[in-house]
Amino acid sequence: MSTQTTQDRLANAPTKPVYLDYQATTPMDPRVLDAMMPYFIEKFGNPHSRNHHYGWEAEEAVETARKQVADLIGADEREIVFTSGATESNNLAIAGVAHFYKDQKNHIVTVVTEHKCVLDTCRHLEQEGFTVTYLPVKTDGLVDLAALEAAITDKTVLVSIMAANNEIGVIQPLAEIGALCRKKGAFFHTDCAQAFGKIPLDVEAMKIDLMSISGHKIYGPKGIGALFVRRKPRVRLQAMIHGGGQERGMRSGTLPTPLCVGLGKAAEIARQEMASENARLTTLRDRFLKTVHGKLPEVFLNGDFSNRLPGNLNLSFAYVEGEGLMMGIKDLCVSSGSACTSASLEPSYVLRALGVEEELAHTSLRIGFGRFTTEAEVDYAADRIVEAVSKLRSMSPLWEMAQEGIDIKSIQWAAH
Amino acid sequence: MAYSEKVVDHYENPRNVGSFDKNDAAVGTGLVGAPACGDVMKLQIKVSADGIIEDAKFKTFGCGSAIASSSLVTEWVKGKSIDEASTIKNTDIAKHLALPPVKIHCSVLAEDAIKAAIDDYKRKHGA
Repeated sequence: MSTQTTQDRLANAPTKPVYLDYQATTPMDPRVLDAMMPYFIEKFGNPHSRNHHYGWEAEEAVETARKQVADLIGADEREIVFTSGATESNNLAIAGVAHFYKDQKNHIVTVVTEHKCVLDTCRHLEQEGFTVTYLPVKTDGLVDLAALEAAITDKTVLVSIMAANNEIGVIQPLAEIGALCRKKGAFFHTDCAQAFGKIPLDVEAMKIDLMSISGHKIYGPKGIGALFVRRKPRVRLQAMIHGGGQERGMRSGTLPTPLCVGLGKAAEIARQEMASENARLTTLRDRFLKTVHGKLPEVFLNGDFSNRLPGNLNLSFAYVEGEGLMMGIKDLCVSSGSACTSASLEPSYVLRALGVEEELAHTSLRIGFGRFTTEAEVDYAADRIVEAVSKLRSMSPLWEMAQEGIDIKSIQWAAH
Repeated sequence: MAYSEKVVDHYENPRNVGSFDKNDAAVGTGLVGAPACGDVMKLQIKVSADGIIEDAKFKTFGCGSAIASSSLVTEWVKGKSIDEASTIKNTDIAKHLALPPVKIHCSVLAEDAIKAAIDDYKRKHGA
């Protein structure tokens, strides 16, 4: 592709929109679908039917999948509970632990940049009388370990800190956090929806007690996830879904065999291919950044660069509003931290927590590369973004002022 | 969220993008909104000696609806007297562009921009 000019690349636009939103979801890997297919019609049994052939073959498939998930994080298969996804896993981990130990402890520590399903679960627990500490993050998006240590008290039952952030891809120091929690006697839960299958995770080395896992972020099916629940030392939870006592009583309901198989297969592929895939994604990301930084001034990376998921970029294109920009790159599927993409009219709370100024938060795009992203797509996306940003800057009053040397902060803007 | 055809048309083919010299006595400049809110519009009118808006220009930082609203009003104010232009209502802009409720503030901002440009022009002429 390097012999092609920008004009050539823009002229040879792909026929389908280019998908660069791999932190939102991923397409399934065809190998995952192949593994799942027999379990819809042919091997349809209920894995909990203990006394006939169909039940046994479904049970065997589910248990193989459980082992594949466990192997990716250094866990025992008996520590894996299948759920409907990471949102359920986060709810079960946080509310389940809080409720089980409520007579001894009533305090939870989490972080302001967590996913909404963690924050909202914590809000609900506050209404029930629990106390929650929401730790800030540093400007690079990372947790301050000293602040974390200070926040953990003898009443702290659980510390919930995500591994990799969904917006900015920043990876928290899990091993240090785990060691701190173990020392202080609090359980450590980590939302690994974005990290599982993307970066090496080891529940022993990182002293993780509970880990939330998602299927559809790792080229597996939607509607399946898992929760790792440590056995030694044992972590107890109060179930949220009651019924037949499946999943060791922690999550009743018939397991969806094909989905479990899909999650297992996706985990197995991730384990085998993580190193080579991450090297490839890093190359693509660097190639994209080189083009954009080479052609556009005043583009800022949000979140730490070195402690980051290889496929994630979150960039602020100063003086160009994010939703307006997305409209100009309709054939690129990305997401924006701009207010205008949500109904709330507030820009991303994650970027605000990093101290990104509101005017820059409004100009941000999250660009996610993944397993099926090609070099040609990356080149095309970079050129399209450069083109759209240049056009929108030429019609931006803020860009005009900046070029005239006017400090935008010196103006008395009327809030509206 | 899908944009109306008119919003897309104004976004892709914005009318009257640009700037006049804001120190020109015939020019009125309105700058409204705030970067922190994600919308800033600059609307300029060039007024003839007999009080008719001969030309208009805009630059906007904002979403597609904000760009479309400001592009549209540059078309609407041209040929109007400044008194006529000051009667343009945000509801007319929103209706013309079929803006959804969450985007009504873009039309409000465009109306404010016209009023601010007219006020600036009047201030220059001691009114």
